[in-house]
Amino acid sequence: MPPPDGEAIAEQVFVALADPSRRAILAALASGGPATATDLAVRLPITRQAIAKHLGLMAEAGLVTAEPGERRRVRYRLRSAPMQVAQQFLAALARDWDGPLGALKDHLDKGDD
Amino acid sequence: MAFPDRIERTVEIAHPPARVWAALTTAEGLSAWFGQQAGIDLRPGGSAWMKWDSGHTAYMRVERVEEPAVFGFTWHIFGLPEDDPRRTYVEFTLEPAGAGTRLTMVESGFSQLSEDAFRTAYDGNANGWVSELDELVGYLDAAA
Repeated sequence: MPPPDGEAIAEQVFVALADPSRRAILAALASGGPATATDLAVRLPITRQAIAKHLGLMAEAGLVTAEPGERRRVRYRLRSAPMQVAQQFLAALARDWDGPLGALKDHLDKGDD
Repeated sequence: MAFPDRIERTVEIAHPPARVWAALTTAEGLSAWFGQQAGIDLRPGGSAWMKWDSGHTAYMRVERVEEPAVFGFTWHIFGLPEDDPRRTYVEFTLEPAGAGTRLTMVESGFSQLSEDAFRTAYDGNANGWVSELDELVGYLDAAA
């Protein structure tokens, strides 16, 4: 299978973020650092089983990575690289040119007075 | 391609290119409509900046200066970390249109991504932080 392009990577991120449980898990890993499914079950209103399932899927998608360790003691870590790809796509949507270009026209028109 | 690499806008302005050029390429002009404060060293390779009352500052590098037709600069991609090396290129083209100016703005490079960045995003160097922290620990241990 060829490696996914930037859009496919970003899509994985956006799909994960669209789900409240996965969003909560990613947020917990971002703010608190690497954690096991058991750690996360203590902190989040989600069952350990569900968390383990989400972590497995997100590891396959490359959004988190499992650190080597015994089963049940496996710690998951957030991977920032796919997030940076997604952030780049958002950058184009977040850039506002209509406001400044409107202001440019207004500024030059005001100069006529 | 669902995600845009470039943003393009064309506006008709009822003033001649020389007036528009001054608004785009001088500190006085830029601070009147774009930033709240601005500075510019108008030559290829020169630096420019704009500052907003919100506290945000944008740093630009002037790339093309062809008065009064083409003005181009690169800047940091808004929203990416400060140390991210990726930049977008903004080019203003001014064409006379009757007594006024047709101004085209193209900002490109949003979907630029080096092979390295792809590889990192896909395979990942998940151990990046681990090894950096290990280096820090090693450094501190050595210094102790």
